[in-house]
Amino acid sequence: MSDTTFAPSYGPVAIPVRELLPWAIFGGLLLMLAIYFIGAEEGATSLIRGTYVHEFVHDGRHLLGFPCH
Amino acid sequence: MVGKLLLRGMLVGLVAGILAFAFARVYGEPQVDKAIAFEEQQAQAAGEAPEPEMVSRAIQAGIGLATGVLVYGAALGGLFSLVFAYAYGRLGSLGPRGTSALLALLGFLAVIVVPGLKYPANPPAVGNPETIAYRTELFFIMIVISIAAMVAAVGLAQRLWNRLGAWNASIAAALAFLVVFALVKAALPDINEVPESFSATVLWQFRVASLGIQLVLWTVVGLGFGAVVERVVGVRDQRGPARRYA
Ligand SMILES: [Zn+2]
Repeated sequence: MSDTTFAPSYGPVAIPVRELLPWAIFGGLLLMLAIYFIGAEEGATSLIRGTYVHEFVHDGRHLLGFPCH
Repeated sequence: MVGKLLLRGMLVGLVAGILAFAFARVYGEPQVDKAIAFEEQQAQAAGEAPEPEMVSRAIQAGIGLATGVLVYGAALGGLFSLVFAYAYGRLGSLGPRGTSALLALLGFLAVIVVPGLKYPANPPAVGNPETIAYRTELFFIMIVISIAAMVAAVGLAQRLWNRLGAWNASIAAALAFLVVFALVKAALPDINEVPESFSATVLWQFRVASLGIQLVLWTVVGLGFGAVVERVVGVRDQRGPARRYA
């Protein structure tokens, strides 16, 4: 923050793809897994046996727009 | 840098989720209750034994709903931050707040509105349990196609930007997106499993509530995320080289 300027500092600097990629892959997968558990686990497909997850998040699943039942 | 964006995205998403939960409690739960009452009435009329309650209604409408909406909100915010991390600096000269707001608008259209026009949200009692796999598959196919079409439309707008100007390039891209949507909507099979005697009012109000929940989520994420990352992302001075805050 050493340089100050009178001109407004406009002009976005893009993040290089190689810096972004590992985050996008690992973060993206984990976040999508979270959405999968809320939206589809024990519905169309099932990673865990039973129907507890489905029943627990049931109202959210319907109201968030996922197919259910 | 990306880690900071991701953390902020998830936190903003969590806040969005809390607000969306409040919205869902007030506008969504009454419709869910009415739909479940209809379901039980139908089962009774058919002489079926009532389904055993594994999770009580109070838990489903309380901590269960909160868990669903908050986790969804945080995950949405996190994924949004990753898309932002790529888009920022690649969408013309838009700053962080503008990039965030535009992404949220396009995302809301591509992920929620357009797939929802083809496969809308349904309350309990609507939907045949035997077709759940089929319906889920179509729902996600629709979302994937819609996102791909939106990405292509943004690319098209950028390509036409200099030749046609901002307005015309955007209109051309929007038209291209609409054409793809119209074709896909006609090509994919329809699903209509609403029981004959189900209340049209409850169905309408449920779908409006469902859309409202998403609108709360995407609005808070789109406007909130831009605000909290304003000092995180890099900006270029007009005279100096590229530099980054924080
Ligand atoms: Zn259900």
